Amino acid sequence: MRLPLLALLARGPAHGYELKQDLEVLLGSAYPQPNVGQIYVTLGRLEKSGLIEGEDVEQSSRPNKKVYHLTDAGREALRAWFEETEDEPRVRDEFFMKLAVAPQTGLADQIALINKQRRQYLNTMRQLSKLAAAEDRDNRIAHLLIEGAMLHLQADLDWLERCQEELEELE
Amino acid sequence: MSDDSAPVLRADGPTETDERPALRAEALVKTHYGEGAPAHAVRGVDLSVRRGEFVAVTGPSGAGKSTLLHLLGGLQRPDSGGIWLDGECADRWSEARWSVERRKRIGIVFQFFNLVSNLSVADNVELPALLAGVPPKRARAERTELLAELGLTGKERSMPGELSGGEQQRVALARALVNRPPLLLADEPAGSLDSKGTREVMRLLSRFHQRGQTIVLVTHDARLASAADRVISFFDGRIADDAELDAGPPPRRAGTSGVLELELRD
Repeated sequence: MRLPLLALLARGPAHGYELKQDLEVLLGSAYPQPNVGQIYVTLGRLEKSGLIEGEDVEQSSRPNKKVYHLTDAGREALRAWFEETEDEPRVRDEFFMKLAVAPQTGLADQIALINKQRRQYLNTMRQLSKLAAAEDRDNRIAHLLIEGAMLHLQADLDWLERCQEELEELE
Repeated sequence: MSDDSAPVLRADGPTETDERPALRAEALVKTHYGEGAPAHAVRGVDLSVRRGEFVAVTGPSGAGKSTLLHLLGGLQRPDSGGIWLDGECADRWSEARWSVERRKRIGIVFQFFNLVSNLSVADNVELPALLAGVPPKRARAERTELLAELGLTGKERSMPGELSGGEQQRVALARALVNRPPLLLADEPAGSLDSKGTREVMRLLSRFHQRGQTIVLVTHDARLASAADRVISFFDGRIADDAELDAGPPPRRAGTSGVLELELRD
């Protein structure tokens, strides 16, 4: 969670709870939100490594709050993050491993494994559809997140279909 | 195939005074004889669809799922096996009888809409009502209501060719539903639409389903299939799996579903 927090601070100083709310609004309800404790811990680590600096601000009726801002080193770390490309998801797949080794064990049938996995994917797809329907229409980022997950799932389902076609021919 | 996929009435369904399935098929077989080797499109299918149920049939292209749908709608005849609509055996129905039933009891939508290109939107929707003997005034009222429902008010005088794919499919849906058929069959209804059109079709099918419409949908699109209560996986002319999807309410709290996890690296 370090870099997204740095990114939010690139806009201007903010305190921990503000950052949590910003993340929620940005990513929408589909995204599992970090709790405020995780955010404070991460902010503490970022400060230790010199990427942000905190300043105590007095509040009249409450304990002081700490407002953080990005340092030059933090800005550099963000630049480097944007510079990198990310690994593709799902290069290794636990399900594929099961499918590959199942025949040697005599403990599981490949087609039954595929069917079971398909049910799981379909149910996930259904939950994603419901999340999309419940999400604020105008939150484009949140909708893109859900759509990305759905497209990945569609690819997984297509691949299961290929597996089934190939493996049934062998039977 | 798992043993819980038997096509029987399920005890956990809504209690109904009349438990005849909306649609039942038994041992359906259909082989296409063209050039080359015979194609065994449907190789012994048993299927039962409850009233109000939304069933999706998915599978790779060429698996025979469209042929299955055509058999269920009487657009093709099985080599053997039987079909019951609402408990009534359809095996001896003539072509003419099937045409009548496709106006009254079965609505069908297709991938390429199949609208009459030289009739206006309004006429396309009213035509099946008029053919079914509905008085013109009522046909017009039904048409107006459906087009409004489908967000097509103002397009009555348009010709199909002037509409987007998504709009044409909505007209096709209105036409299929104008006689309030108990059963809706949909053959790849989003197959030629973009993702916005697909979402639209999905939303509308869900809405009609929530009002009690029985739907059998053939699609290779898992997003569309996931709108259904039950998904049948069709492979090589046979049912490979038949699964009820989770019926639970949509997850409310942020992230509690755990459906989506972005990897935010630490």
